[in-house]
Amino acid sequence: MRNFSFRDFDWVLLSFVLLICSLGVLEIYSSTFGTKFAATSGTPLYIKQVYWIIGGVVLMFIVSLLNYQLLLENAHWFYVAAVLSLLAVAVFGKKYLGARRWIQFPGGFHFQPSEWVKLVLILAMAKYFSDENERLTSVLDVMKAGMIVGVPMLLVLKQPDMGTALTYVPLAVMALFLGGIQLRHTLILVVIAGVLAPAIWHYGLKPYQKDRLTTFLHPEADSQKSGYQLEQSKIAVGHGGIWGRGIRGGSQTQGAFLPEPHTDFIFAAWSEEHGFVGAVALLLLYFLVLMRLVHNAQTAPDRAGGFVVMGVVAVLLFHILVNAGMVVGYMPVTGIPLPLMSYGGSSLLFMFLALGIIMNVRMRRFVN
Amino acid sequence: MSGRDEKIPAIKLTVVQYTILGVFLVLSYGLWSLQVRKSDEYFTRAEQNRIRRVPVLAPRGKLLDRDGQLIVDNYPSFSALLLRDQGRDLNADAQKIADGLHISADEIREKVRRYALARKPSFEPIIIKDDITPDESAFIEAHRDQLPELETLMVHRRLYPKNGFLAHLIGYVGEVSEEMLNSPKFEVYQRGDIVGQSGVELQYNDVLMGRDGSRRVIVDSHGREVGRPSDANVPAVPGQKLKLTIDLDVQKAAEQALEGKNGAIVAMDPRNGEILAMVSRPTFDPNDFAVRISAKEWNDLVSDPAHPLLNKAIQAQLAPGSVFKIIMSVAGTNEGIAQNLHVNCPGGGTFYGRYFKCWVVAEHRVHGPVDLAKGIYQSCDVFFYTLAERLGIEKIAKWATAFGLGKKTGIDLPNEVSGVMPSEEWKMRTFRQKWYAGEVISVGIGQGAVATTPIQLARAIGGIAMGGTLYRPHVVNPDQLPDQFKGLVNTSMPDVSRVQLDPQAWITITDAMAGVVNPGGTAPSAHLQGVDFAGKTGSAQVVSNALRKSKGAGGKQFNDNGWFAGVAPRRNPEIVVCVLIEQGEHGYLAARVASQVIKAYVEKQRRLRNNPTLFSDKADPGSVPIAGMWTTTTAGGADKQQNAEFQEPQPADEHLHGGTLMMKLAPTSLAKKIQPVAVPGIGVVKGD
Repeated sequence: MRNFSFRDFDWVLLSFVLLICSLGVLEIYSSTFGTKFAATSGTPLYIKQVYWIIGGVVLMFIVSLLNYQLLLENAHWFYVAAVLSLLAVAVFGKKYLGARRWIQFPGGFHFQPSEWVKLVLILAMAKYFSDENERLTSVLDVMKAGMIVGVPMLLVLKQPDMGTALTYVPLAVMALFLGGIQLRHTLILVVIAGVLAPAIWHYGLKPYQKDRLTTFLHPEADSQKSGYQLEQSKIAVGHGGIWGRGIRGGSQTQGAFLPEPHTDFIFAAWSEEHGFVGAVALLLLYFLVLMRLVHNAQTAPDRAGGFVVMGVVAVLLFHILVNAGMVVGYMPVTGIPLPLMSYGGSSLLFMFLALGIIMNVRMRRFVN
Repeated sequence: MSGRDEKIPAIKLTVVQYTILGVFLVLSYGLWSLQVRKSDEYFTRAEQNRIRRVPVLAPRGKLLDRDGQLIVDNYPSFSALLLRDQGRDLNADAQKIADGLHISADEIREKVRRYALARKPSFEPIIIKDDITPDESAFIEAHRDQLPELETLMVHRRLYPKNGFLAHLIGYVGEVSEEMLNSPKFEVYQRGDIVGQSGVELQYNDVLMGRDGSRRVIVDSHGREVGRPSDANVPAVPGQKLKLTIDLDVQKAAEQALEGKNGAIVAMDPRNGEILAMVSRPTFDPNDFAVRISAKEWNDLVSDPAHPLLNKAIQAQLAPGSVFKIIMSVAGTNEGIAQNLHVNCPGGGTFYGRYFKCWVVAEHRVHGPVDLAKGIYQSCDVFFYTLAERLGIEKIAKWATAFGLGKKTGIDLPNEVSGVMPSEEWKMRTFRQKWYAGEVISVGIGQGAVATTPIQLARAIGGIAMGGTLYRPHVVNPDQLPDQFKGLVNTSMPDVSRVQLDPQAWITITDAMAGVVNPGGTAPSAHLQGVDFAGKTGSAQVVSNALRKSKGAGGKQFNDNGWFAGVAPRRNPEIVVCVLIEQGEHGYLAARVASQVIKAYVEKQRRLRNNPTLFSDKADPGSVPIAGMWTTTTAGGADKQQNAEFQEPQPADEHLHGGTLMMKLAPTSLAKKIQPVAVPGIGVVKGD
């Protein structure tokens, strides 16, 4: 029995998403043209990105057919699997650039578990908070919620992948906020964070991680690595001016002064080539996507569905804030990609997978 | 499952919506601030990233001789630059760079540290190695990716003649120093510019130095050139070539003639002051300076007691010895005293209560009766003591100054010295002491405080032979300088000055000078057969004989300086040559050196003008006086008379020190060891 229909599929949301994806493809094409990133043999990166998008859309349609409530009921199994996969990375993971983040499968396929752990956490939080009655009454409840996010987060931090680990935080914050955390518990959490932060700073972070976090405040002081990247990013954005330098017209991008212009710094490349007008227009598209998602959370058939959607909102907003913030020099260099635009399969598949679940939530809004 | 149906409170979703809005407003503000507010600043910085200004150095002007033959050329050479604005860790890369360029890593780190300490702007590159080999250049090209901070710079280096040929006159170039930048002459230049440091290179730097241009290229973050902007090039303006008055053929002869000796030669055309040749020995190789000279090499040059960097032709001021007697003769005849002066030389004489020897007693001879002519060609001291006594210092100084002694000649070369022509006023000014009349006696034979440079003597003797017309010596003819550079010519000196000579005395003096290089004169071995050649020898004491003796045999550095100033032909000459041989002992040795230079000039002119009898001594028959016989006091002297080799004057100590000591000098054995140098004649003139 079909109790939902594709008429209720959120075509508006999908259009915005695909529009952003196309702009991403355009910018990947522009920023890799004639640079060292284009030199990789075979299919150009922007074509590969198109394949990922097509694959993602197909995946989204498939996932949208799955009943999200079924997913939620099995969320604890997903969670166990997620933690196990992170442990597997720690043991068998492939070390690359000093971090153990990927598992290599036969055939050259790399899998980065920390991306889909995000999705699992969204489901787990949704399930946990929808199971609770209305309010998070006791400290124990808050701590349990913290544990759910905390365990995988520590495992990811251990890889080390501070950027991805940090993306789990807004999930928890969003869930606690929507779940109705009491004011005094919030205060306690803030105090604990205030106490722990210096301790983590001194004992938990590697020197390069500290550098990254501090150099964005004084990028000129460190004209080498991350400070240099931040400076070049700001120059690229500023060079764009109001109207931009045009496609393939940004010297910061084309001259390879801008690091990673098709992944982490794609927003800087976009801003250089399309100027203030183009950059604000792009932000507006993201804003519309987020507003549409919040709207979907409102119309969700149940509390758990709303939590799922808002979990995605939290992750998406955090990514945009950190990535675009980094590009304009407000945030440290963390290696967090811009969702839907940055080149890369894992990030895209996560987004479309999440969208698939959201579509299902929306299609079921009139059910029950 | 109670609670499942509950929805999330709308108020909370609204809070989230406003949070989202807030985030986007903050981000938009960030974009606005970079792209609108500070757009210009970032545009400039992006351009700085993208466009690199590569200097294109202008080649210096070439130097040519008077016939247009190339003397100084340029050759292309590459320097390795270390760019400091490429965002690279230079200290970490130092070892790799050092290996590729064959220098030490510490040297690189030290330079980087120094530049950082000096707070030099980061766009100012460091030159880490000059004149790199093709291998090293290939290393830089091959490591554009790994070592983007390396760059090569093409420069035009000076290619000077080898072995220090003409080195002092040409000078050398080097990086402009901080001191020079502060002087008005160099204030238009910039740090790092290569400018002339001495000689013609310094004097005519403005003419020779071009204006550097630049090439703007578009680069990527690895410093690779990826394109050219439309307004790419500011072309370099090459420096102007400069034609010197130097005659390479005469110069070559002069260089060869002075080989192995210390001293200087100046050859000049007395008809206009053009320098034909200028040699100073020992010399240095300016090519060592063209690429950075090492501290050790520099110290060796500076601390060498023979002063290889000194251009002795214009910077050595020494007592002229008997060459000064020509000046004395002119002073004496102009005052109407010398024409009729006849003295008897018994080997010395008493003046102002002191006994002064004539050099000739050391040869166990005397001059006997001496007139002006004999006084010159046999260089009789007693004659000129007497003349000096009659003239007094003021008249001597007046005429010597008229012929340019004691002041700069105004030659267009830097750092000329003025020499000393003593006078009452000079002594009061310098020593705050009164002039003692007796001091004039030693001045009469070119000793005492008299000090001249070779260029001064050349100009004075040339001017006298010209009948009293003296020109300002120069190595570049001002007429051929471009208009805007006319100001480089020293205008504080008159180009020409005239001194009235007694016509009869002029003939007497120049004839007597011809006698010097003929049998009976002091330098007959310098005789050039068939050439009208005249001059005057001189040998001047460096220290007192007593001091010299106390140093024993090792005191060679105190040997007399040998001088000769000669002209051809004897009157209205076309060339005057002045030779200084330090520790040369004898004026006739200097005369032989001069004769070789004269010979080269005469041979060239005879060939060029197709006139084999040019400058022939037969052109003025009977003008060569056969001097009177030497009056000998001993049998030993007779031998010397026959082989016609004479000792030059050995002035007594008191000339320098005013002592009354009369030294009995042992006959020097050195003179016997020196064999007469055969100077082949310049071919037999047809119909001779």
